[in-house]
Amino acid sequence: MIDLLLFLPITVPLATALLSVIVRDRARTSAFVGVVGAGVLLVVNLVLLVRVQDLGILVARPGNWDAPFGITLVADYLSAAMLAITGLIGLAVSVYALTDTAERYRHKNFFALFHFLLMGVCGAFLAGDLFNLYVWFEVMLISSFVLLTLDRSREQLVGAVQYVTINLVSSVIFLAGLGLLYGNTGTLNMADLAQKLTLSEDAMLILSSSVFFLIAFGIKAGLFPLFFWLPGSYHTPPIAVAALFSGLLTKVGVYALIRSFTLIFTQDQGLTGLLLPAIAGATMVAGVLGAVAQSDIRKILSFHIISQIGYMIMGLALMTPLALAGSIFYLIHHIVVKTNLFLIAGMIARAGRGFHLSKLGGLLNAKPYLALLFLIPAFSLAGIPPLSGFFSKFIIIRAGLETGDIALVVTALVVGVLTLISMTKIWQEAFWKAQPEHDEDDQPKKSVGVAQWVPVAALAVITVIIGIAAEPVMNFAETAATQLLDPAAYIAAVLGGQP
Amino acid sequence: MEPFWAVIVGVLFAAAVYMLLRRHLAKLAIGLILLSNAANLLILSAPGLVRGRPDFVPEGAQVLGPGHADPLPQALILTAIVIGFGVLAFFLALMRRVFLEVSDLDVEMLKE
Repeated sequence: MIDLLLFLPITVPLATALLSVIVRDRARTSAFVGVVGAGVLLVVNLVLLVRVQDLGILVARPGNWDAPFGITLVADYLSAAMLAITGLIGLAVSVYALTDTAERYRHKNFFALFHFLLMGVCGAFLAGDLFNLYVWFEVMLISSFVLLTLDRSREQLVGAVQYVTINLVSSVIFLAGLGLLYGNTGTLNMADLAQKLTLSEDAMLILSSSVFFLIAFGIKAGLFPLFFWLPGSYHTPPIAVAALFSGLLTKVGVYALIRSFTLIFTQDQGLTGLLLPAIAGATMVAGVLGAVAQSDIRKILSFHIISQIGYMIMGLALMTPLALAGSIFYLIHHIVVKTNLFLIAGMIARAGRGFHLSKLGGLLNAKPYLALLFLIPAFSLAGIPPLSGFFSKFIIIRAGLETGDIALVVTALVVGVLTLISMTKIWQEAFWKAQPEHDEDDQPKKSVGVAQWVPVAALAVITVIIGIAAEPVMNFAETAATQLLDPAAYIAAVLGGQP
Repeated sequence: MEPFWAVIVGVLFAAAVYMLLRRHLAKLAIGLILLSNAANLLILSAPGLVRGRPDFVPEGAQVLGPGHADPLPQALILTAIVIGFGVLAFFLALMRRVFLEVSDLDVEMLKE
């Protein structure tokens, strides 16, 4: 039974995607299949989360080949949490997409691609060996390539060229790194690698392969200085797609970084100790400063993804239990809030005239509830108590104070303030200032659908709940961090035998 | 054998990086093709190359003798080739669309 449960996060989206292909010519059926499939995925992933909390680390071996020879699927606390949140985002965005895509049903394959992407994301979170991680990354990326170019507009094509190129380069770096690692250790299973590298005296091997992984995952996560593809492409696809990307894709990169630097490259504190804090600080600053110069809501939000990734990497760089728990808390909070902000940006663009701040205005009177819904995730992103963003920043900053990394702590605090300024800018331009005059060729206003209000409100409520019920989430994150920092249990669960 | 392949892989990576830095999208595509092939050859040669010793269990024996070729890198490459082929096919299709839309393949157009 447990085995089956671990396969479901991959097979449910696969089945949904295939079914969506079959019914693609019937718009209503296709939408129904897409939303129901996302709902089932959420339920499956929540059940998995509960089972992991009850039973500890779950392992499945397709084909009954023992690790490290066969393929292994592993779900520990971190994986299970990421899966659950993926299910949540999948459902929210698929419901939201009903309005957005209903108008342009030439996107017949939208839901099929959407679920292939979810399959890749879920597979990456479950993968127990590096090559499978690579394959799931590719499943996710290829779906994202097509989703990114759905409209085939000039803007999208230009964005896609950057996106496809940089992601291909990053995949090749990852592939080369795992090839070299396999050449030297003879294994790709992450638990087995952890064991072998701990015993290895070959510092050069560990250093060189860890740099391969740092760069490959760093590109995917949008770390400084490898992030330019992100603001160059995330503002081009339909907003539902952008919301899905902003919530999930870079976070798979962060997950892979956390996994590889807590499990595989644990002995290499020299490099991570020096590089990661500097990268984390630079990522925060570069993201938040980039956002200041933008006036398209989607670009502002894209740059903020980068600065937020910096906080998560700061937690990883500090490498204490509290800091890692902070990173995990931050991941959970960030996925919900960032997706929500993108979805709200889509509603703002429909209620106003497009995404450009100069075209917007007067929405506080026109759509007061939308203003309220914007304030919740915007404040949360900036870290105002008692919302989820406050606690995630608080934990990481406290961990920084404990280890004495004052420079990083100051950076994190300043970036928090700058984030608030950016959010205030959107608020002031879109909601407070008077509606500007518009030209003939401006985009007309459109109505905001019920299917958009519901997921946005639900995500806002979840942000508030994570803030109010921070303690259980924190306890969960702390257990997850303990699990990550002591890989013995993970290794024992995968390879069998006593820890 | 390995030093020879190491040089080949190195040259391929260098050529790929050079092509990636060119200003024309078609050259960028060639760079990407070279890059993925360089990685594939790297995987093949990194664990060491064994000539003429396929990993068949000899008749009568229960286990493999030592010194056989490792089949796993080849399996990995097979997967990587298929994935790389798919992605590159997408990239070429994308390039064609860009050309139809912009009538130019210079990377200058990426600046908008």
